Amino acid sequence: MKKNKLTNPVKALVIGCGLALIIVLFVPLWQIELAAPQYPEGLILKMYPNKLAGNVDIINGLNHYIGMKTLHTADFIEFTLLPYIIGFFAAFCLVVGLGFKSFRSLIAVFALFVLFGIISMIDFWRWEYQYGHDLNPDAAINVPGMTYQPPLIGYKQLLNFGAYSIPDIGGWIFIAVGATLLTAIVIQYKKQKNATL
Amino acid sequence: MKKILYSISVVASAMLVFGLQGCKPKNAGDATGADAASKVYVAPGKYDELYNFVSGGFSGQVSVYGIPSGRLLRVIPVFSVDPEKGWGYSEETKPMLNTSSGQIPWGDQHHLDLSQTNGEIDGRWLFANENNTPRIARIDLKTFRTSEIIEIPNSAGNHSSPFITENTEYVVAGTRFSVPMDYENGDVPIDSYKKNFKGTLSFVSVAPKDGEMKLAFQLLLPGMDFDLSHSGKGPSSGWFFFSCYNSEQAHTLLEVNASKRDKDYVLAVNWKKAEEYFKAGKGKKVKVNYAHNKYNEATHTASSTMITETTVIDVKDFPDLVYMIPCPKSPHGCDVDPTGQYIVGSGKLAALIPVFSFAKIQDAIKNKTFDGTYGGIPVIKYEAALYGEVKKPGLGPLHTEFDGKGNAYTTFFISSEIVKWSLKDLKVLDRHPTYYSPGHLCIPGGDTRKPYGKYLIAYNKITKDRFLPTGPELAQSAQLFDISGDKMKLLLDYPTIGEPHYAQAVPAELIAKNSQKIYKLEDNKNPYAALGEKQTKVERKGNEVHVNMTAMRSHLSPDNIEGIKLGDVVYFHVTNLEQDWDVPHGFAIKGNKNAELLIMPGETTTLKWVPEKVGIFPMYCTDFCSALHQEMQGYIRVSAKGSTVPLSFSLGKNSEAAESIIAKK
Repeated sequence: MKKNKLTNPVKALVIGCGLALIIVLFVPLWQIELAAPQYPEGLILKMYPNKLAGNVDIINGLNHYIGMKTLHTADFIEFTLLPYIIGFFAAFCLVVGLGFKSFRSLIAVFALFVLFGIISMIDFWRWEYQYGHDLNPDAAINVPGMTYQPPLIGYKQLLNFGAYSIPDIGGWIFIAVGATLLTAIVIQYKKQKNATL
Repeated sequence: MKKILYSISVVASAMLVFGLQGCKPKNAGDATGADAASKVYVAPGKYDELYNFVSGGFSGQVSVYGIPSGRLLRVIPVFSVDPEKGWGYSEETKPMLNTSSGQIPWGDQHHLDLSQTNGEIDGRWLFANENNTPRIARIDLKTFRTSEIIEIPNSAGNHSSPFITENTEYVVAGTRFSVPMDYENGDVPIDSYKKNFKGTLSFVSVAPKDGEMKLAFQLLLPGMDFDLSHSGKGPSSGWFFFSCYNSEQAHTLLEVNASKRDKDYVLAVNWKKAEEYFKAGKGKKVKVNYAHNKYNEATHTASSTMITETTVIDVKDFPDLVYMIPCPKSPHGCDVDPTGQYIVGSGKLAALIPVFSFAKIQDAIKNKTFDGTYGGIPVIKYEAALYGEVKKPGLGPLHTEFDGKGNAYTTFFISSEIVKWSLKDLKVLDRHPTYYSPGHLCIPGGDTRKPYGKYLIAYNKITKDRFLPTGPELAQSAQLFDISGDKMKLLLDYPTIGEPHYAQAVPAELIAKNSQKIYKLEDNKNPYAALGEKQTKVERKGNEVHVNMTAMRSHLSPDNIEGIKLGDVVYFHVTNLEQDWDVPHGFAIKGNKNAELLIMPGETTTLKWVPEKVGIFPMYCTDFCSALHQEMQGYIRVSAKGSTVPLSFSLGKNSEAAESIIAKK
């Protein structure tokens, strides 16, 4: 049984992940930057775990030309759930590092974390699709065949606006947490393998 | 032979003519250095180094230029109505132009002074004088809008204004025309000038926090003309200096009768002492009537209050308040150097510049080195106050500013040039012609403790051949010089709005960082604001109809209004719902004997309309706001007096009244 106990460096990594996830609660996860000739300073939409921020009103004002529905934090259940889910993962990491200290629990938190990441991106894509396609037919600007789905990640030109979708601080922390957990698993795995030999 | 001689003489005389032409000095008007263009070139999208606030003279407004490009950035409406911006036409701004003589649509704006802290420009406010109907305005540099105007009683021709003290404690107003005081009978013979006409120097206090102006006290002086003024600084901080002419007390043909004496005066006023007397309750309270107009940032609305009392301190009853220093030939400029030690007087008709020493003035006062009195005021001996004279600088000095490196620059109207001289030894260092006849000049911060001595701008009274001709009426001009080296270099000519007199300039950073972009809707406290389309309404109060309307890209809400009747007075209170930078909306109605509105994001303004005909009247947005700007329009139906058409309004559907008629059918 003892050989399955996490080593101190691995525990430190996992605890570190838990603490990093607490930070995520307070910083934006994702951002979509918009640039147009009339907006040299750029517009930005920031997704926090609990809210939409940035130039939401201005973007809503502009989107009425193409008949896109206006964006409101209250319309997304995600902004209620996300803080709890992130909190759960933070707690899980801390418990794995401080309580369970077992390899199995480490694999469990990593697997759940990756699963959550995939579901989140699918969910994000689904919303982007819905807002980009569900357009008011009475809108002033109606370009046949044109939809306005922003890219999941990367750059896309939407009429006069260039949309650039990338992770924000929270997103990058999320990615780093995933990578760190994986590193922790590899280190622990090698250690156990050596111990078995 | 005769023919040969004849040809020789023709050739000889031709040579003589051309030869003499060659002797004539070349017009130096285009003698700019090869690098001038690169020094004034501000690439597209790049910002200018400085803001230059320029008085508009008879235009009544203040213009804002970028330096070194000379690009016009904005014209701020101050004392004259501006139909383009609705200034003086919208219900909210009408009270700003109220005076004791009612609403006046025009003013004569001569001088500007930027607010200072510790003798340095602080970038908060710009003060502007009005010469004709004496007033002082305060412009807020967050919004570049006029936020306050105060009228000055007991005055006429508010010329030596709006100069401020080192910490903007006071802004002053000296009267150019002496007149019988408002509280006395003014129905007197004009030739009783010496007996009945008086001059005043007014001290208007400025609240340190919000800048609110208040007429604190007025100093009563013998009748003469006060011209320009400047506050002391550093050692001379508690003093104010005013130039005055017409000490002859002429009331007719002043060009002759007021130019008789060899010397007029520079007045040294101990304003700290005057403030002490005022606070101790000295002086007398007199009945006057003047307007104090304020623009409220929260309600976007101006109010005008009439004030009926002021305190007048007769200086002859307080011998330690004011001293007169003889100054040659009808002085105009009265400028204090950055150290506060020297006061430069500029006699309009003089061929020298006297420089007075503050320390010597103080000694002369202490030792009573006086040369009699003038109207009960001690006159200091000229030599006792004099630091020295700049000899043969040019003809007709008007105004001097300083570069902070020990040099002074003076405009010469008659000899049409700028002369650079040293404060230390009063020697002329350089001279450069201007095109033509400069009045004032401006060095950024040139009247403060800390000048920005890189540029000098001359404001010329005569333009003539400098630009493409535009008929008999020409723009006046400004000329930009590089003064960073030993020699002044002409860089640029550019035309100006109205007639520029005094100007101010300041490094851009100080102002640009505070510039407001929008008015926040949540801070909009205008009682008629509709903060969303749901709050729009049309209400009748007797024959007044109030339309609380919104403007948003790209529609007016409501855009169909019925039930207006002849005899109604209609007020359109339009709120711009945008909260994005640079999305103003405009508003105009066909046939309205009024101007338009220009409404900034988050702002509410009101346009009055008295319909005079039955029919349909289009209204629309006048500022190209969006791709669908041309769609931003609506209709108002005006019916006959006594008509039964109910009052109704709508957007994007038929009005309720119309729907009910359809339902009945």
